[in-house]
Amino acid sequence: MANYKDIIAGCRDKKGGIIEAFHALQSEGNYISREALVEAARVFGISEAQAYGVATFYSYLSVEKRGKYIIRMCESAPCHVAGADELLKAIENQLGIKVGETTPDGRYTLELTECVGQCQATPVITINSEPVFNVTAQTLPQLLAAYK
Amino acid sequence: MTEEKRVLLEYADKINPEKAEEYIKVGGYAGLEKARKMESNDLIQEVKSSGLRGRGGAGFNAGMKWSFVPKFAEIKYVVCNLDEGEPGTYKDRIICEKNAQALLEGMAICGTAIGSKQGYIYCRGEYPFIVKLLRNAVESAQACGALGDFNIEVRMGAGAYVCGEETALIESIEGHRGEPRFKPPFPGVEGLWGAPTVVNNVETFACLPYILSNGAEWFAGIGAAKYPGTKVLTLTGDTNNPTYFEVPTDYILRDVIYKLGGGIKGGKRLKAVQVGGTSGAFIPEQNLDTPIDFDSMGAIGAALGSGAVLVMDETRDIVDIVTRISKFFEHESCGKCNPCREGTFRCREIMEKINSGKGSQKDIDNILLLARVMHKAALCGLGQAAPIPIESTIKHFANEYGRKIM
Repeated sequence: MANYKDIIAGCRDKKGGIIEAFHALQSEGNYISREALVEAARVFGISEAQAYGVATFYSYLSVEKRGKYIIRMCESAPCHVAGADELLKAIENQLGIKVGETTPDGRYTLELTECVGQCQATPVITINSEPVFNVTAQTLPQLLAAYK
Repeated sequence: MTEEKRVLLEYADKINPEKAEEYIKVGGYAGLEKARKMESNDLIQEVKSSGLRGRGGAGFNAGMKWSFVPKFAEIKYVVCNLDEGEPGTYKDRIICEKNAQALLEGMAICGTAIGSKQGYIYCRGEYPFIVKLLRNAVESAQACGALGDFNIEVRMGAGAYVCGEETALIESIEGHRGEPRFKPPFPGVEGLWGAPTVVNNVETFACLPYILSNGAEWFAGIGAAKYPGTKVLTLTGDTNNPTYFEVPTDYILRDVIYKLGGGIKGGKRLKAVQVGGTSGAFIPEQNLDTPIDFDSMGAIGAALGSGAVLVMDETRDIVDIVTRISKFFEHESCGKCNPCREGTFRCREIMEKINSGKGSQKDIDNILLLARVMHKAALCGLGQAAPIPIESTIKHFANEYGRKIM
C-alpha cells in the first residue's frame, strides 16, 4: 500500500485538489485516517478543521475506518418502488449488521446511498462503487460470496 | 409520432466514445472547426438563435448565458456539470458512454465563444468508471489535436446532490464543502476561483457540435418552438421498458409511457408519473397528453427537469413514496440556509406522521405553509424544489392523503 504522504503529494499540483487527494487515499484504504487528514490540510494550506469539514461533508468520504468492501444500497424513489426496503432487510440479515456498521471480520461495510444513476435495473446496490443490477434476496448470498 | 429522434445518440454503440478518431469519422469536430473560424459575437449569436436551452433543469438560453461573460477578463473557465444526482436520471451517463467526444467538442466550442482555454468536467462520485472513460476520451482528443489548445480536466465529486447546483459545484471543484453561494454575482461574472465561468449540463454541451455543423435554423426547427432540439429521457418505475430514449421536445408524455415504454408493467393502470427527477411534480393521468418540453410541463405545474420519468402503477402508495422523497431532501440539504435545513427536516417529520396514520388536516395545512416559505426563502434550488412532490400530490392525489389522516 502506498504511503499516505506520497498519495497526497501526488495531488498537490491540482488546484483545490484536496477532494482528489481524499479519493486517492480512499482507493487505497477505504477511509481517510487522522494522520492523512492532518497531512492533507498541511499540503493544501488549510486548517485541520476545514479539511475535516470537507471530508465529512461528502457522503462518499469517511473519516471512520470501513471494511474492505463497501456495500451501498440505493434507497431513492425508483429503487424504493422496486423493493429496496425488503432487500435492505435481507442484506442486514445476511451480513448480521445494520446500516453504518462493519462486519467484525472487517470485510463488509453497509451504507445507504441516494440514486447511483443505474435505474434501468432496479433495485441497485454498489460494491466499492461497482453497480450490481436487479438484486434480489435470492441472488444475494451468491453475489456476496464473490467478495472475499 | 412514435419514433425516437436520435441526434446526440445517433452513433450509440457504433463508435467507441473514448476514441476521437472514430468520432471524427462520423463527422465529429467539424462543428468546432467551424466555430473557430467565426467571430466570438457571431458564434454566441448562432447559439442564441438556435434556441438551445439548458438541459440540466433550469432551461436558460445557453447563448444568453455565455453572453454575460465579460470579454476583457483574462482567465475564464468552461465547466461541465456531470453531477446528475436527480434520482431516476442517468441520461448524462448515457451521453458519456455513447458519445463522450461530443461533450468535449461542445465544451471546446464554448471555450472558443467566451475565450477560455480551460475546461473542467465535474463528474459525480457515483460514476468513477465515467471519470476513467472521460480521461481517456480527453487524452485521445488531445493526442489527435482535435481540441487544439483547449484543455479539459476531469474532477470527481463525492456523493452530494447539492453539488448539482452550479455554485456548490464550483465550491467543490475548489476543494471546499459543496455549499451554494449567494447570487449575484452569478458564475458568468464571478465563478471558479473568482473568474468568469460558464457552467452547462452535459447534454447542453453535447448539442453544440450538431448546432454548429447543421446550423442554428436546423436545430430551432426540431421539436417545440420555444425549447427546441431533442431530449434524452430515462424511463423508470412500473414500465415495461425501463431504458433511455432521445425524442424531439414536442413528444407527448403519454407516448413516452405507452409507446416507447410499452405501457405499464403487468398490464396495470397508471396512477401517477413524476417527471424531472425526485424534485419534480407528480402528474396525474388527465395531464398525460402534454408535450415534454420545458414550457408545456411548466404550464401543468410540472417541470421537465433532468428528463427522468418515474412511472407508478395503480397499486402504488403515493404518500409512502413522497415520504421517502422527503427523507431524500433532508439527507441532501447542505445545511447552509435555515429554510432548507429546517424545512426539509420538518417536511420529512410531518410526512412520516401522515404516512403512519397519525396525521391530521392541520398537518397538511402546516406542510403547505412550510412549502410556501421554502419556495420563497431557501437559498438554492434544492430547498425551493424540495416541497414540490408534496404539494403536487396533495393537489392531485388528495384522496390518498385523506385515507391516511385522522
